[in-house]
Amino acid sequence: MSGIDEFRAEVRRWLEANCPASMRTPITNEEMVWGGSRVSFQNEDQRIWFERMRDRGWFAPDWPSACGGGGLGPREQRVLEQEMLALGCRLPQYNLGIWMLGPVLLEFGTAAQKSEHLPRMARGEVRWCQGFSEPNAGSDLASLRTAAVRDGDDFVVSGQKTWTSDGDKADWMYALVRTDPQAKKQQGISFIMVDMKSPGVTVRPIELISGKSGFCEVFFDGVRVPAKNVVGDINQGWGVAKRLLEHERAAMSKFTEGGAPSLDALVVAAPYLAGGGPVWRDRMAAALMDQHAFSLTARRLQEMALAREDVAGPGSIMKLVQSEQESAKYELLQQLMGHRGLSMEGEGFTADERAVCRLWLYTKSYTIAGGASEIQLNLIARRVLGLPA
Amino acid sequence: MTLLLDDEQRMLRDSAQQFLATRSPVSALRALRDRGDERGYDPEIWREMADLGWPAAVLPAEFGGLGVGYKGLGAVFEQVGRTLAATPLLSTVVLAGGLLAEAGSASQRDLWLPKIGAGEALLALAIDEAPRHDPTQVTLRAWREAGHWRLDGQKEFVLDGHVADRLIVVARSADAPGHRNGLSLFLVDPAAAGVQIERTWLVDSRHAARVRLARVQLDDAALIGAPDLAFDALDCVLDRARACVAAELLGVITEAFGRTVSYLKERVQFDVPIGSFQALQHRAARLYVEIELLRSCLAAALEAADAGADGAAALASLAKARASDLGERTLNEAVQMHGGVGVTDVLDIGLFLKRARVLQQAFGDGTFHRDRYASLRGL
Repeated sequence: MSGIDEFRAEVRRWLEANCPASMRTPITNEEMVWGGSRVSFQNEDQRIWFERMRDRGWFAPDWPSACGGGGLGPREQRVLEQEMLALGCRLPQYNLGIWMLGPVLLEFGTAAQKSEHLPRMARGEVRWCQGFSEPNAGSDLASLRTAAVRDGDDFVVSGQKTWTSDGDKADWMYALVRTDPQAKKQQGISFIMVDMKSPGVTVRPIELISGKSGFCEVFFDGVRVPAKNVVGDINQGWGVAKRLLEHERAAMSKFTEGGAPSLDALVVAAPYLAGGGPVWRDRMAAALMDQHAFSLTARRLQEMALAREDVAGPGSIMKLVQSEQESAKYELLQQLMGHRGLSMEGEGFTADERAVCRLWLYTKSYTIAGGASEIQLNLIARRVLGLPA
Repeated sequence: MTLLLDDEQRMLRDSAQQFLATRSPVSALRALRDRGDERGYDPEIWREMADLGWPAAVLPAEFGGLGVGYKGLGAVFEQVGRTLAATPLLSTVVLAGGLLAEAGSASQRDLWLPKIGAGEALLALAIDEAPRHDPTQVTLRAWREAGHWRLDGQKEFVLDGHVADRLIVVARSADAPGHRNGLSLFLVDPAAAGVQIERTWLVDSRHAARVRLARVQLDDAALIGAPDLAFDALDCVLDRARACVAAELLGVITEAFGRTVSYLKERVQFDVPIGSFQALQHRAARLYVEIELLRSCLAAALEAADAGADGAAALASLAKARASDLGERTLNEAVQMHGGVGVTDVLDIGLFLKRARVLQQAFGDGTFHRDRYASLRGL
């Protein structure tokens, strides 16, 4: 048996021995455990699974052991992912710090930043949020205006961030701030880490068309942040953020791999399709075929990446396709339900009906957040097809 | 199991690309058309393709098969689509060769498979009767009479039927149209008494045949497989053909798309390349997205065909539906984005448009395959 096969067998034995049975069932949105100082568990199995994976270093399996990671190479990490998938193991926690900020700190961080943040992150003790968008900086992110003015060893931060997911639950934020108002757009921006407990930070949840959401507005009123919290060079934050966003796709895929946190469209649709006729059947088939095509493309991308083929082209379509398909799926289900799909909380509607109505509205955000569909199309046209600006 | 090509399949694809670029570019199809060629393919080029081993690609090993599978042959079909090369690969190799290999008797296999593999015999499948593809709707009758079989009825859209040495005819020997059960396959000599073959010119400058069988008498040796029970083998072979047609469509689509993107970069109006207009950029980007999705579906369909996997039928329908629809959309967009020159015969885009429409109809369009996929998924 080769080394990798031995590793696979060992991983499987360990997972079988350590992953509680209830942690091997498909997960729902409500059952996701988010790491951080306010981590909470709904049951003992969640806590056991969280602690065992944490102690094994497998919250961040590919980070060096010195940073609190599992020290695995890319092949071993893939084996771990495959075995978790094969056994149906849930992710023990969801953690944007590990998936997005961590790789950037490993690349750009100072020794002090790494030792301060990475081990705590890898133990799931800190929950991070992202402060990029502002009321006047959406698709044109580089027009952001939240100011960070140098004052001794600190920066004094003033301004507003918006669309910050779970800003009200996070311990720390990584943010883009303007450190040189004279410089050209992209060049006066720094990437900074802010403790959310700092005086002057105010967080306000945003209510969406679908009701309560995790999105928040975050206000900074003269918040003092140590200058040593800048990641990368001052005024070079745009490049750091671009790197971070390259990790976003991998991070987002964790949400589907860990058991898609969405309804099984076919099961939900079945009672409403009965007697619906050939047009509904055709529309439903088309939606299922779109999903099938997407999942096959995800598989092909993974195989290409393992074979070290260039995935820039096909990789560029994934965010666009997934967000549009999810949105279209709920659009279809909601229409299929007729007037029964028109209530988010009314009595006399089933849980599925209310969920579909809410998700139909909520998934409208999918094609806007994280780079709107129009921005994705611009990127494909310019970077992949080479069309002129 | 992988969606990617192995080294041998890559070599086959690359050699196909080189061969077709020099020996069978788009201009070769144009020349066939302009001289009103009655065969619809070039026997000399076909012989060279046989020398490259294409007709043997998926034959069983004992008949000299290359062992590159449908993934390998699919890669060839994609290249064929890029230059609109006219070949009898689909009719002779995938359909007839496939059916003989799946269901043929030892003597049928021994007689025909070596000839197919060497490119020395052309065969065609006579299946469609109605305007749109639907194998269960076959009505052409077969019955026993005085120790023989009799066939009576009509077939249409028989690809390469006008040049075939033998036809494989799908006939109804039991049950009513609409049933899977009751179908039988017969090997028919086009020169036999009662067989009438009429060549039909299709819009893509290639040909199909309308075949009339008037009480044609056949003996038992003409029967392929068991009577009444041909559907499963037929459906399996049709799925391989659907995947191969989808592969050819992918080639047609990618080539036409590539030419269109180049044109968007070259064509200047209002003092700028028209490809700088966001309205056109987004339409082009959307086509690119669909092409990438199709590529994944196709790879999975070909992989499943090789593995004989349970999901092969659904994947073939997935690939053929998307390829058919995307062929329509891409070529319509390609013509539109080329503007006035796009509707002139001098530009090749029109040839791609026409070929895509023929391939769209071949063995089920998007509507047929969405319906089939729905059934396979229990909808």
